Amino acid sequence: MADFRVSDIDQQIIDKVIEVGNSTTAFTRHYEDNEHEFPPEQLEGEMGFDQVLPLFFKRKPDDTPMMTFQMLLSIARGSTNGVVRGLGLAMPTGRANGLGNAALASAGTKEQVSKWGNLFLAMSITEPGAGSDTKAIQTTARLEGEEWVIDGDKIFVTDGVRCDGAVVWATIDKSAGRAGIKSFLVEKGTPGFDLVRKEKKLGIRSSDTAAYSFRNCRIPRENLLGGDETVPVGGGSASYRGVMKTFNMTRPAVASGGVAKARGALDFATSALAAEGLEVDWTRSHAQRSATEQKLIEMEADTEAATLSVLHAAWLADVGLPNNMESSICKAKGGEVCRTIPQGAMELLGGMSISHDHLVEKYLRDGRISDIYEGTGQIQRLIIARGILGYSSEELT
Amino acid sequence: MISFKLSDEQTMIRDSLQGFAAEVLAPKARAIDEAGDMPAEVIAQGWDFGLIAASIPEAYGGGGGDRSCLTNAVALETLGGGCASQAVAIMAPGQFVNALIDFGTEDQKAEHLTRFAGETPVAAALALQESQFGFAAEAQRTTAARSGNGWVLNGEKRLIPLGDRADHFLVLARGPDGEGLGAVEAFIVPRDATGLSLSAETGTQGLKPVPKAKMTLNEVVLPGSARLGGDAGIDAARLINQARVGAAALAVGVSRQATDFAIPYARDRVAFGEAIGKKQSIAFMLADMHIECESMRWMVWKAASLLEHNDPGAAKAAVLAQDYVRRKAVKIADDALQIFGGHGFIRDLPLEMWLRNARALTVLDGPVSV
Repeated sequence: MADFRVSDIDQQIIDKVIEVGNSTTAFTRHYEDNEHEFPPEQLEGEMGFDQVLPLFFKRKPDDTPMMTFQMLLSIARGSTNGVVRGLGLAMPTGRANGLGNAALASAGTKEQVSKWGNLFLAMSITEPGAGSDTKAIQTTARLEGEEWVIDGDKIFVTDGVRCDGAVVWATIDKSAGRAGIKSFLVEKGTPGFDLVRKEKKLGIRSSDTAAYSFRNCRIPRENLLGGDETVPVGGGSASYRGVMKTFNMTRPAVASGGVAKARGALDFATSALAAEGLEVDWTRSHAQRSATEQKLIEMEADTEAATLSVLHAAWLADVGLPNNMESSICKAKGGEVCRTIPQGAMELLGGMSISHDHLVEKYLRDGRISDIYEGTGQIQRLIIARGILGYSSEELT
Repeated sequence: MISFKLSDEQTMIRDSLQGFAAEVLAPKARAIDEAGDMPAEVIAQGWDFGLIAASIPEAYGGGGGDRSCLTNAVALETLGGGCASQAVAIMAPGQFVNALIDFGTEDQKAEHLTRFAGETPVAAALALQESQFGFAAEAQRTTAARSGNGWVLNGEKRLIPLGDRADHFLVLARGPDGEGLGAVEAFIVPRDATGLSLSAETGTQGLKPVPKAKMTLNEVVLPGSARLGGDAGIDAARLINQARVGAAALAVGVSRQATDFAIPYARDRVAFGEAIGKKQSIAFMLADMHIECESMRWMVWKAASLLEHNDPGAAKAAVLAQDYVRRKAVKIADDALQIFGGHGFIRDLPLEMWLRNARALTVLDGPVSV
């Protein structure tokens, strides 16, 4: 039956994840100021996930299902003070957990998965002239003998500097639109594949973001993900759909990252204001509250609503129900609160909130990306509007 | 464990009430609202579902089912999606019954609950709201003073649902002990109590056809047994939060109804050569309405579920749900009206009625309870 409580062991795990997340607080500012540096695999004094893992074995079958629980952990971890790896997910699963790995897992053949599964793979879709409108990409792949030749420019490649390779989107038939788009695995070091630069960003600075160029870049024929070289008439190819399905599964996780920054900023503001004697009295009615109390309540409610939408989308996946719409709903909500809540927290805290003495300003900068990557809030609203109105992507643009 | 799955019983209740809301309540809503009067037939039809009697213990002739705030939230959202006013008229006695189940002494339960387990509708109501602007449940002006073994009540209560016909009221008042909500007590007051007078309200913007009464309590003397919960009293925060979440659940239903009404209109209505639903300005309004209908529902479910389990986080969750629904439900009803333009303003269509009802449900602390 519907329930919103977590078991004692799950609460212990959440608490431990927060403890681990806070164990590197001393480094948080360092990797902001030195964004050219990569944090080492293990920071000094950093508690690892090995602290959390043993607790997982104490979980019982009737505890919160795993994907839903992971969203709770992601929000908990992302809200801590010590997360220096900007995109830190709740459960590190080794190095090979880039977005490209998710694409390989869902769209690759068995042989491809076993061949490249241990590589750290980035996802390279966006171009200078094509973001959300992915079918407009200009990078081409043409078959010459037993090789694909890739030409084009790519930007905003998450983990693009430190990855071993990337899953790259290119069209094999521009006239076919979306149906002509395929994904290719290109390893670092392939001639013609250049890392152009590492971007400098508002936030998530310890997550690297790369720009690539491909000039007469030749890769083996079998590097086409999924192996399907045909261009279907009317509709996306299997590999295109495979990648879009990847987003369906990752949107709740990305939304949880936005909610985490809202949570972190709100928790910071709540305790900082409490230290100044300003606390919400939960027994007081609307008409009896101060403006600060009301603002804190609204921020708490907005964060809670976003959290529940993330949990709902994840729970649907857990129980095997479709969650396409709900993934977009939670991404829209996560994108909203990652902006409004840190902004509101700083508003309540006043001038000193901009100081590097405190982390609240970092929550605003780190959170802001969550309404942009993996589909802006506007793209999510397009998906939702098409869903409820029954319009295709051609009918509602 | 976290789960969004309704029980089979809850799903069954929702499905059967959905048909009732769409086929019986919704078609009559406008005529009843215009007439400003609630047909007894509506209340009787709602009573037949046994929603109020379901959780009355078998010892008092009831269904003996679990006293589930979540089930009530689901039922209220579904009924509210047909017609909020009729839903209030049907479910208002539940406030009295739920409070008795939760806090009543054995004697109080034996005396009152049996009546609500029968086939004939029985009217009873919670008297909470007062005349002053900025009313706050924790700052009641109605007072309850000890007098010998009994109590004396003084004050004024307003907008009491079914106040024209209720045979008993649960009157909330500030007692002599404690502060804020801790001082709030509930008293079972019969309609014919000496010093109690009732008069009809002048009319209201929203929930217009719900019969409402104003109650004046002038030195109303009650026996000690009238205090709900006896010597233990009540957990007023829990009782009032159940009312807040009840109103919020209805408002989610209204929001869903308004959103679902606006969607086909946006597909049909053509402006400048295409359906307005194909314009992002309208499509994004609808997307936001849908997003918030969903989000509001989970806020209400969580608050109801925590209230049901008497969880320590329940009071906070109820405040959050009430705050969230207060902001979102009115905006959704208002945006739905806006999508219809001038047609939304004309009383032929239900848009303006839904706006009035959403506003009423989100400023009152609740004429129904989960």
